[in-house]
Amino acid sequence: MSGADFVGILPLAILAAAAVLVLLVLSVYRSHLLTCILTLLSLAAAAASLPVAASVGPRGVTILLISDGYALFYTGIILAATFSVTVLSYIFLRSRPGRREELYLLLLLAALGAAVLVFSSHFASLFLGLELLSSSLFVLIAYPRGILNVEAGIKYLILASVSTAFLLFGMSLVYAQLGTMEFARIAAAGRGAGGAILIAGLGLLAVGLAFKLALVPFHMWAPDIYQGAPAPVTAFVASVSKVGAFGVLLRFFRLAGVQGHGHLFLMFTLIAIASMFGGNLLALLQGNVRRLLAYSSISHLGYLLVAFLASGALSVTAVTFYLLAYTATIVAAFGVAVLVEGNGAAGAIADYRGLFWRRPWTAVVMAGALFSLAGIPLTAGFIGKFYLIGAGAGSSLWLLVLALVISSGIGVYYYLRLIVIMYLRPEQTAPETAPAPWSGSLILGALFLAILWLGVYPAPWIDMIQRNALLK
Amino acid sequence: MILAGIIIWLAGAGLLAWFFSSRGDGWPRWITLIALILQIAFLAGLWIGYAGRSDFTTPGRWLAELDLPWIPALGIRLHMAMDGISLLFVLLTDFLGVVAVAASWQGIRNRLGFFHFNLMWILAAIAGVFLALDLFLFYFFWELMLVPLYFIIGIWGHENRIYATLKFFIFTQASSLLMLAAILGLYFIHGRSTGVYTFDYSGLLGTPMTSVTELLLMLGFFIAFAVKLPVIAVHTWLPDAHTEAPTAGSVILAGLVLKVGAYGMIRFLVPLFPRATASFSLIAMGLGVAGIIYAAILAFSQTDLKRMIAYTSISHMGFVLLGIFAWNQLALEGAIVIILAHGISTGALFVLVGDIQDRTHTRNLDKMGGLWSTMPRMGGAGMLFALASLGLPGLGNFVGEFLVLLGAYQVNVPLTVLASLGFIVSTIYALWLVQKTFLGENSRGWKLPDYNLRESGIMAAMIAAIVALGIYPQPVLTTAKAAVEALRAYAPRYHAVIKDDAGSRESAAPGQAGGGAQALAAQAGSRDRLPEENRSTASGGS
Repeated sequence: MSGADFVGILPLAILAAAAVLVLLVLSVYRSHLLTCILTLLSLAAAAASLPVAASVGPRGVTILLISDGYALFYTGIILAATFSVTVLSYIFLRSRPGRREELYLLLLLAALGAAVLVFSSHFASLFLGLELLSSSLFVLIAYPRGILNVEAGIKYLILASVSTAFLLFGMSLVYAQLGTMEFARIAAAGRGAGGAILIAGLGLLAVGLAFKLALVPFHMWAPDIYQGAPAPVTAFVASVSKVGAFGVLLRFFRLAGVQGHGHLFLMFTLIAIASMFGGNLLALLQGNVRRLLAYSSISHLGYLLVAFLASGALSVTAVTFYLLAYTATIVAAFGVAVLVEGNGAAGAIADYRGLFWRRPWTAVVMAGALFSLAGIPLTAGFIGKFYLIGAGAGSSLWLLVLALVISSGIGVYYYLRLIVIMYLRPEQTAPETAPAPWSGSLILGALFLAILWLGVYPAPWIDMIQRNALLK
Repeated sequence: MILAGIIIWLAGAGLLAWFFSSRGDGWPRWITLIALILQIAFLAGLWIGYAGRSDFTTPGRWLAELDLPWIPALGIRLHMAMDGISLLFVLLTDFLGVVAVAASWQGIRNRLGFFHFNLMWILAAIAGVFLALDLFLFYFFWELMLVPLYFIIGIWGHENRIYATLKFFIFTQASSLLMLAAILGLYFIHGRSTGVYTFDYSGLLGTPMTSVTELLLMLGFFIAFAVKLPVIAVHTWLPDAHTEAPTAGSVILAGLVLKVGAYGMIRFLVPLFPRATASFSLIAMGLGVAGIIYAAILAFSQTDLKRMIAYTSISHMGFVLLGIFAWNQLALEGAIVIILAHGISTGALFVLVGDIQDRTHTRNLDKMGGLWSTMPRMGGAGMLFALASLGLPGLGNFVGEFLVLLGAYQVNVPLTVLASLGFIVSTIYALWLVQKTFLGENSRGWKLPDYNLRESGIMAAMIAAIVALGIYPQPVLTTAKAAVEALRAYAPRYHAVIKDDAGSRESAAPGQAGGGAQALAAQAGSRDRLPEENRSTASGGS
């Protein structure tokens, strides 16, 4: 490894060092605020190192990692989302007793795992990143150690292990068939080879990742986790872990050429349609905001698969832009949950009823996020969805485009219904909420502006994605 | 920049109204009212200024244009332009905006800030639809319009509003997403065949495609516009939405939201797909005629006053559909006049029903009767607008419907004859409406306050507008003329095809041969010229 190699993975190195640093500081001096600030600073440092890493050009760092514009851009999304989640966690933990500092350590480790995923160019690093992410998440989900949290954590643990088993099995089948675990070589060797074992291997691999992405029919865990985990952690599960897993999914299957494998293509098509309709239809039935957002995220990942299955440069741009828009949106939505939800049941609709009257600005942010999820103009989600449909239409995937169009039409309804609920007169027994802390207002304001910016003038972002973040 | 200013002005006023609503109930009302009136004054000044220009009646020239890059990676531009049709429709938007604000002055009592915010954003989005020339921008405004309307019905609506909003939403959302798919289809087909990926209207005109593709894409657009218009068979959302909407919502629904469907057909559907719409025209005109008669009969059988007027809207929109698909100068100008006149007259009827409901707390026709004796001023206004609705000469609707029939006669005689039956049915329902509400015995002993100054003012303005349109429609026709000619030049072969379809009837319409030949000549001359002219104005535009 040369010096330039180290520069190429500088963001990963900074994250790893930050985790160690936080651990050491914790063993000497325990302070909630200090730990939080330390975490934020290291995230900012990692973000600042992105251009530096980009300067050494796209390069493979050993056979395990590849540092290219794509990896760095996705890492940027991951870092920004983790940064927001860290601030939200501080607000969330402030009023809760117990040991709070380890959460930041775990957040850093999980972010590192997600970043390794998007850097990975080898099954080993893919697996390493995924495990780092999952095992941190398992603890994070159970963090406040309430009965619901622990239940959710164990659920996640079991299902994550199952999905890991699928993943490993898939990897071993691919390895047995092709004799390599490098993405590039698999792609080269796999082109043309159409053996049943290879297809099965790739399929199992896809299933493993689909578990992480909570795509139908591997979505059972999502609503419970979204409801059971503490709100900032849910934001993390919904944003960072999806970005990481989708980042590697797109990279690997683009290299392996998903269009070349009819069976795989069919499988992804079915998963996409099932996710879009399943997510949106089930969301219609939810009476809990967290569960609603969980099903909504299932459908959004389904939308993403439409662009994933499309071919050409438009597809990668569309996926990347949508992930960017979706991350900003979902973190904003759960940020509101952190500020709004009382100590009652997580995601109870009563917390949101009449929000416009109790906390108008918070409600505006929530409305902006919901509009964005629904794909209403002026928000990031509109441009994003337009891009996805454009990518699908550009590759003539009319069935998928039609499914996206119809299911998102259904989806708009429940988002708007929630907004109407926020606008109802609050009941007399509405929970009293303290005014939002300034740090929360700041982060929500920034996310809201980001949603608007991406929705009104996305050109600079699209430019950036097209210049830097395309896969060869 | 004028065009962006029009939209930003409306949207900004909405934000201000919301922001200042905590200062008192008067603030949002006056802010929106003053903003709208100022904009009307501005647009009227602009109109007079344009009318004095020598190129006012030159087809293919935009009166004002704005063309900026927006998302260059996808070929999306911030391209807006105004011709005569757009100018008239934006004026109608502002006028009905004033009516909606004034009509909710007392009816809406809670959440005023948010109400006026939504109202202004609907108006801004509709003005955007009327001005957008980039298909992405058009779709952007098209979608933006829905959300505030959903809130207006869903939050301030009547008892059964949840059902109505759901239905409204499913219909409009599903259809507009179909349009999105069609827009993207057109985008990619154009991009593949020419190498230029663009959403720009003038760029997409004349895109080469197979007839099947053209038909499919055309249907995608047609369904979206047909749901809004509404065309019979996809009209069922309208009576429910109207019934449950507050007065302002009904005024905007009937006066403006239906009109964006018509506008979309005139501006985009036929020019973008000239051959497909030509072969589809007989079906579309048939749907229009069926709508005229069917909805009029249904209107007659309603007992809910709002539902009844909603059905009359569907009936009138049948004339618009007939006029658009007849696609000649007379019929198109007629359709535009109907759009304006129907916006005013039906808007006024909904305001009237709102006022009646505020006073009697019912919309049920059977519980009314003899209201004239207690509210003569309201009765007089009601009578006048009912007469406008039945197409009495001297009022705006008559001019429009007459022109449409005149134009449609040149294209298809049997359908025109059937359509004119609509006049008879509409006479029945309009007189029935007046009879049941205002005339007859005041058997229930209603004693109600008559119109006060505010309400009389609204009615006076609307009466003035509908009478002016009926007696002296020439300024409107002159304003729309050049724009209509330009649009017809985009879809010139249309007449030749229509003549093939209706060849056997040529003898029945001797004036048509000349008209057709004229159109073909115009095609030869103007088809090559028009885009050039557009471009030259683009650089000098505002």
